Amino acid sequence: MKPFEYERADDVAGAVATLERDPDAKYLAGGTNLVDLMRLRVETPSRLVDVNRLDLGGIVVEADGAVRIGAAVRNSDLAADPVIRERYPVLSRALLSAASGQLRNMASVGGNLLQRTRCVYFMDSSKPCNKREPGSGCPAIVGVSRELAILGASEHCIATHPGDMAVALTALDAIVHFETAAGPDSLPMSGFHRLPGDDPSRDTNLPPGALITSVEVPPLSFGGRSTYRKARDRRSYAFALASVAAALDVEDGIIRDLRIAVGAVSHKPWRATVAEELLRGSPATPDRFEAAIRAELDIARPTEQNAFKIPLVTRLVVGVLDELAHP
Amino acid sequence: MAATRIEVPRSAIAITLNGERTAVEVDNRTSLLDLLREQLGLTGAKKGCDHGQCGACTVLVDSRRVNACLTLAVTLDGAEIHTIEGLSDGGELHPVQRAFLERDAFQCGYCTPGQICSAVGAIREAKDGWPSHVTEDLSAAAVVLDDEEVRERMSGNLCRCGAYANIVPAVLDAAGEGSDDGTDLPRREEFHPIPSVEEVAG
Repeated sequence: MKPFEYERADDVAGAVATLERDPDAKYLAGGTNLVDLMRLRVETPSRLVDVNRLDLGGIVVEADGAVRIGAAVRNSDLAADPVIRERYPVLSRALLSAASGQLRNMASVGGNLLQRTRCVYFMDSSKPCNKREPGSGCPAIVGVSRELAILGASEHCIATHPGDMAVALTALDAIVHFETAAGPDSLPMSGFHRLPGDDPSRDTNLPPGALITSVEVPPLSFGGRSTYRKARDRRSYAFALASVAAALDVEDGIIRDLRIAVGAVSHKPWRATVAEELLRGSPATPDRFEAAIRAELDIARPTEQNAFKIPLVTRLVVGVLDELAHP
Repeated sequence: MAATRIEVPRSAIAITLNGERTAVEVDNRTSLLDLLREQLGLTGAKKGCDHGQCGACTVLVDSRRVNACLTLAVTLDGAEIHTIEGLSDGGELHPVQRAFLERDAFQCGYCTPGQICSAVGAIREAKDGWPSHVTEDLSAAAVVLDDEEVRERMSGNLCRCGAYANIVPAVLDAAGEGSDDGTDLPRREEFHPIPSVEEVAG
């Protein structure tokens, strides 16, 4: 690991000012991804600004019914929170399907949003990778791509966002609040992560040096009727091959409203807007579910190794919506 | 030409380790695992993968189980840390340690300190009502542990000997729940009397 300076931030403004002064510095929260990447020499920060002692905790129900989650809240605490379990089971389920008990006790909400791809070429500093070293090439496209993107990839990068929590937050239209030297600002989850395009080095649209302070989940009348399903190579403690976060509002067999987001298929959690549009007002039947997700996946461009994700996502979505339609 | 001495940034921290206040200076890069093993001589927590994938390094920080390999020691100023060495109470083994002996829940023993610390954390999490991935009803206030729950909650600890068949009943014993796997494995005490800590330590 490359040597680095360490400082414990006392307040948000001070933490942001440090990164403004030293662009090679990084914030440290749970460290579950960053420390590992530093050990692999994928990340080589000059300085770590420890944000764990900042006042960024708490899960608060606001006057308008939204739930504000502090950026430092640990994944385990968020998953177990009674309000989250009742109002947004999809979020609890997504968190509980991720990592291990130990890692969930460490990982923060803010850090989880910023976790890097698990593409094997990105993680191996001896290999070319446009995300880690812009312009060096992407060996994944013709290489080991089984776990990588089928939607929204580019000729420069086919990495996926590997997380589960962000998929649920995308389905829930959450808003990410952050602080920069210019003051507070926010991004909706739909615009938080980005597609790789010709600059895969950037995972998100967060401005440089921004510190995530909280995540706001707006009220959702049918949020209680939501869930998360994840397909992976082993039954526990593995990244998704594909996952689905969904919420469904059905009356008399007709879909009034719904949310679908798909994970591990793109550089960002993929909100299935085409499928949602087709299903709003339609009967809640498996054949409609299947037609809708097939339309969504029409633009999928898989590699030979990950073409299995198309039928996998199709079955996951049909299965999850059918389960939600018949509680 | 004289060799250039590279100054590596270091920091002073004070932790409470197994009940004793300990002040140390660490290279900022030092993981909690390396601090315990290399600087403080506590070799119970093991280095398996050093990437948070195997759980052999599991210890309790402020009563929560974490991977010591991914925890930078420099962040722990003021923290309370319990390792496998601090679980027993005088000569009395911790209930989880005792259950692992009774159930013969290990073979080579390399993953065992991590398994035991993880089980201590997992049992506490269940008592606090935390659901898991396999918990059917998220609205239930209390958690009932069974084999499936224990397997899921302990999935962050790998055992390459494959002693899982005995680890699951051991964790259930320690949690005060019976195993429902139907195998009814013999207890170790039926073969050997359980030694005291003094006997184990020699």
